[in-house]
Amino acid sequence: MKLAYYPGCTLASKAKAFDQTTRWVAQKLDLELVELPEWQCCGGLVPQLTDAVMGLLAPIRILADAQFISDKLMTLCSFCYNTLKRANLVIQQDEERRQKVVEFLRETQTPKAASQATSSPQSQIPSPLDYDGRVRVVHLLEVLRDDIGFDAVREKVVRPLEGLRVAPYYGCLLLRPPKEIGLDDPEEPTVMEQLLEALGCEVVDFPRKVDCCGSFMIVSRPEIAAQCSTTILRSASSLGAQLLVTSCPLCQFNLDWQQMRMLEANGEISPVPVIYFTQLMALAMGAEPYLLGFEQHLVDPRPVVMECRSAVRREQTDRERIRG
Amino acid sequence: MITVKLSSRRLSSELLREIEELSGQNLYACYQCGKCSAGCPLGFAADLLPHQVIRLLQLGMVKEVFASQAPWLCVACMTCATRCPKGVDVAKVMEAIRAIQLREGRGTLQVFLPPAELVAEAPQLATVSAFRKMSL
Repeated sequence: MKLAYYPGCTLASKAKAFDQTTRWVAQKLDLELVELPEWQCCGGLVPQLTDAVMGLLAPIRILADAQFISDKLMTLCSFCYNTLKRANLVIQQDEERRQKVVEFLRETQTPKAASQATSSPQSQIPSPLDYDGRVRVVHLLEVLRDDIGFDAVREKVVRPLEGLRVAPYYGCLLLRPPKEIGLDDPEEPTVMEQLLEALGCEVVDFPRKVDCCGSFMIVSRPEIAAQCSTTILRSASSLGAQLLVTSCPLCQFNLDWQQMRMLEANGEISPVPVIYFTQLMALAMGAEPYLLGFEQHLVDPRPVVMECRSAVRREQTDRERIRG
Repeated sequence: MITVKLSSRRLSSELLREIEELSGQNLYACYQCGKCSAGCPLGFAADLLPHQVIRLLQLGMVKEVFASQAPWLCVACMTCATRCPKGVDVAKVMEAIRAIQLREGRGTLQVFLPPAELVAEAPQLATVSAFRKMSL
């Protein structure tokens, strides 16, 4: 299966581990990811007002470029996913604004886009300077569930993560607003739980899994974001989670940063390192340790992962000894 | 007890219509159940809770809402919009309130300068989004 791939700014810099492990996992699952040849930031937030046009230009330019690669564009960062998917809906539903956006795209066309427009006049695709909302924006979790299937994922697992207690953390933008995003149930999502089970982990259900981590408040009012993150971390930690998995680089950072401060201050919680779900997939599917990027996080997940794996090994040798 | 003086002039305010139009929301659909405020992750830090913002607007008290910092704290996590039994998207109303203030130069805006070490460490999408909110 071939998909257009939009990594987004953060995956190209601060969240390299997310990008690296995704590419590795995709290869294992015969998923061909074609990165957009030229891409820019999606804008982070989708403009929600009924008269917004400027804020739609960046996401729509990305989608207009993606239509040349595939009818599906895959992305990972929850912010990018939310922005692209919702901007696309505006284009599908509001013809007046669509025309304004397309007009802007034409005025600011790159020479490359113009040459693509003239080189394929007979093609089914209209032109890079025209866009009607035809590309479907998908998240890797959606692709795993709907196209590949968790059974296929399970078959690729070579190091089952038995005994590792993992809590899935969804956050806001991956699920909400549900009418526009529609990835999973907004209050009781299960897609990450299904994935974790396929990897052999023990899933820890915790009540704060769809709460907000404080989001971009971290750069304007960090003390407020810290309070949001603290509630989530305490909840996961008190329920015995050893790891938190997420799909959002900002959730990852907020929870990681606040956790480091909490651990340094008085250690009133036991550590619950926060990693991306693809890192856990790559680990279970046998990726080399240097590919996993665990060293890129503030609270190091390696002790937890190593402890779990050696415990499993100990148990296995014990069992063999008893049998022998 | 708070005494609120109702006035038809306030209720027919041009700004109220503008908020409804920009957000695409019917403010009078809200029946004050408070579900939005119960779930708001930033409610603890705000001077007005989401349902209070809507109530003040229903009474035409736009000035009071424009004086509040609540719309500037909202990060559009969409918890309120997801849970509202009447389908009112409060995050969109908050965005409309910010937009009118920014476009018309009304109200007060507290700008918090991001701490340098956090800007350096945090993913850039945080900085992009935080500035996006201030420049509608």
